Amino acid sequence: MKIGLPLLAVVALAALAWLGCEYLRLQVLFGVVLPYLALLLFLVGFVYRVVLWGRSAVPFNITTTCGQQKSLPWVKHDRLENPSSTTGAIGRMILEVLLFRSLFRNLRTEKRGARISFGSAKWLWLGGLVFHWSLLVVLLRHLRLFLEPVPVVISGIGAVDGMFQIGVPVLFLTDITILAALAFLFARRVLAPRIRYLSLPADYFPLLLLLGVVISGILMRYAFKVDMLQVKEMMLGLASLHPQLSMSAGSALYVHIFLVSVLFAYFPWSKLMHAGGIFLSPTRNMPNNSRQVRHINPWNYPVQVHSYVEYEDEYREKMRKVGLPLDKEG
Amino acid sequence: MVKQPDKQELLDFGYQAPATPWLDTPVDFRPGTYCHGAKGKNLEAVGFPNARDWSPAEDDWKLPDEWQNTVIEGIADRMKKYRSFRLFMDVCVRCGACADKCHFYIASGDPKNMPVLRAELLRSVYRRNFTTSGKLFGKLAGARDLSEDVLKEWWYYFFQCTECRRCSVFCPYGIDQAEITMMGRELLNLLGLNTDWISGPVANCYMKGNHVGLEPQTILGNVEFLMEDIETVCGKHIEPSFNRKGAEVLFVVPSGDLYAEPGTFAFMGYVMLLEQLGLDYTLSTYASEGGNFGLFTSNEMAKRLNSKIYAEARRLGVKWILGGECGHMWRVINQYMDTWNGPADFLEVPVSPITGSKFENASSTKMVHIAEFTADLIYHDKIKLDKSRNDHLIVTYHDSCNTARGMGLMDEPRYIMNKVCNNFFEMPEETIRERTFCCGAGSGLNAGENMELRLRGGLPRANAVRYVQERHGVNVLANICAVDRAALPAVMDYWVPGVAVMGLHELVGNALVMDGESVRHLDMRGEELPRPMVQEESVTLAVDSQPVAEAAPSDLATVTGEGEKGAGKAVTDA
Repeated sequence: MKIGLPLLAVVALAALAWLGCEYLRLQVLFGVVLPYLALLLFLVGFVYRVVLWGRSAVPFNITTTCGQQKSLPWVKHDRLENPSSTTGAIGRMILEVLLFRSLFRNLRTEKRGARISFGSAKWLWLGGLVFHWSLLVVLLRHLRLFLEPVPVVISGIGAVDGMFQIGVPVLFLTDITILAALAFLFARRVLAPRIRYLSLPADYFPLLLLLGVVISGILMRYAFKVDMLQVKEMMLGLASLHPQLSMSAGSALYVHIFLVSVLFAYFPWSKLMHAGGIFLSPTRNMPNNSRQVRHINPWNYPVQVHSYVEYEDEYREKMRKVGLPLDKEG
Repeated sequence: MVKQPDKQELLDFGYQAPATPWLDTPVDFRPGTYCHGAKGKNLEAVGFPNARDWSPAEDDWKLPDEWQNTVIEGIADRMKKYRSFRLFMDVCVRCGACADKCHFYIASGDPKNMPVLRAELLRSVYRRNFTTSGKLFGKLAGARDLSEDVLKEWWYYFFQCTECRRCSVFCPYGIDQAEITMMGRELLNLLGLNTDWISGPVANCYMKGNHVGLEPQTILGNVEFLMEDIETVCGKHIEPSFNRKGAEVLFVVPSGDLYAEPGTFAFMGYVMLLEQLGLDYTLSTYASEGGNFGLFTSNEMAKRLNSKIYAEARRLGVKWILGGECGHMWRVINQYMDTWNGPADFLEVPVSPITGSKFENASSTKMVHIAEFTADLIYHDKIKLDKSRNDHLIVTYHDSCNTARGMGLMDEPRYIMNKVCNNFFEMPEETIRERTFCCGAGSGLNAGENMELRLRGGLPRANAVRYVQERHGVNVLANICAVDRAALPAVMDYWVPGVAVMGLHELVGNALVMDGESVRHLDMRGEELPRPMVQEESVTLAVDSQPVAEAAPSDLATVTGEGEKGAGKAVTDA
């Protein structure tokens, strides 16, 4: 059920768009109304979630230190794993966001009898990295459909991505890598017993939805051979808020657009928000300098303490007997 | 004495997933894996709510009326106060990178000890009450109601987390289970649900200044005893001062070092070093606890206990504060103290009067770790050390979780280690520095009734010690943490017999050549040294680095005889 329901949901969504366009001619709905609505939900939701996090206080400096602190001048300080300045913390964040530094540390723990051993486990890091980078390239590549003239950077990315010139239309490398990475991440969730045990439907759904987006995109390009000129006209229209519909572009296009819309609308309300959350993570984005620079807790309040005066009052005689200095002789 | 569990039984587990989903698996309160409930009088002493005697083994936990509301409101309140909490509830993708990083999971196979699932215990309730999908889809969205069973499950597993932060090192978003456990325990404390072994020490720290409740005259008596031991070892009579106004430095140690072996040996080491330097320092009976048991209950309680350190420094009019070897004490000093109870503008930026070094990294808190202080001394050649007095010891070093992952004090102790002993070997790199394993008893789990849990939690550490014991004959596990010194001896005796647990400054005390000391026949523990260390001779020895003692003097020494020495890396070694 954990996997079945999300799978059913994604298949149903795709079928809905197909049927809606193929038989009910609801292109306006799937090609204009829903994309705009999804984008709106995405933007509003993303900002809402980030603002909500941002409004929570950061009372303490709770950096997780993963290297040598800055202390004595002759002790080699690990500036990136244990930053002591904002610059260092930014560097650490860049490593985390662009290269998944922490995931790169991953180990596999094994038990043989009474022995515990550790092995390398870089597959999750590699799968995650390949997926996210491929997704970025794919997104940038898609900008060619929304911009005229196409910026050199964007067409350059497309050219490099399609550099092997295989087939017509040209095969993009990232189509293969994103598919492979998603397949790996999905397979890992299904096949690794421990990961399967802790997974929720909310973990399978985004993976399957992304797979749906990728597969529908690949199919429309290579199998259904949707006319890209028509697509571009349509996208330019959407981007310039003067939507033009192409009724002849084929329903495969609308399936793809609809699944992308669902992804966008779903994004802010789901775990996919880790994309925004990582930047706010207090254990990673703060320098470990709270002995040098006082961190302020906005809600710090006075508390009841047991003072020395009370302590001395309670133990005065005993303290006197052993010759401890007293504040009050009485 | 606590009954020791059978080793084979303890090891009879695997990492395979159980048949029933975790949401449908009820918690099993197995004796040996949880602590006694808090006593009413101890909760009352510090004004905690719902003070009453209760037992986790009984069905009725004597919860207050409307307890669900208290918890849900408590969650809402803490989400506003702690970005970490709200964020960590939201951004986990359940990638599983943390799953096999927790010592309790590694040594029990209980899936709810995977940090991700331990967090889900709380997240599921968060989703039900604070997210739309959780309200609409319930279990399908991984959400569930807060029932009494769920509350008991929280209690069981949030007191099976030592807040060691190892999971946080591996998490791609830095999600820190320690943070979630701390929130979980705060919520439980709203209902008077803590353990006896935490709330007792909290009450003691609050009223008497230290966790075992040593009264001022007892502290002095204990220390007098230790000073006699020092005299036996090196012939020097030392009288450290207490509560002395006008001293330059206030020295705060974890109270375990004042009364219990092997912490007392580390304390003797500190005192000998400071005496040799002639440092103008004083200890305090009021602020006689560096550790902070409040941290294991609530932020507010931790702040209340911690306040004593600055208050005492102000009252005594010292210039700065020196802190002893302790783990969570240093997480508190490094990450909380100044924020809670600062600014310490009545103190001066610490300067070592011996070397003139200014501790810029502590310029705001004005508190220096003794490993930083001692490393600076050695670097500037201000003390004479005879390494060979530690030749009967083959040492490995255990990073305490808090100083490693909540501070980054890693190379200072190693620098000292390489200067005070000839035989230092590192454990495998996956088990040291930021990837170090917990002793299994941190964050207030060092009780007797949960011995099975402690022995399990200590297994990954013990496993790494066994590795260097087999290869290098290691017989000493050095550390800079009072809980390590209290908890690890039992873990070592059980899993890797023949390994003694030692504070870093015990090793320093052994090696320290003091002015006017007598010939050392004994080490800090009062055990015979391999042969008398005549002073002139010993200085030469340190240079020559003679082979390790031919005649093994005690059952501790199992010498490899390979003459392989000091293989431990010293990144900072000049």
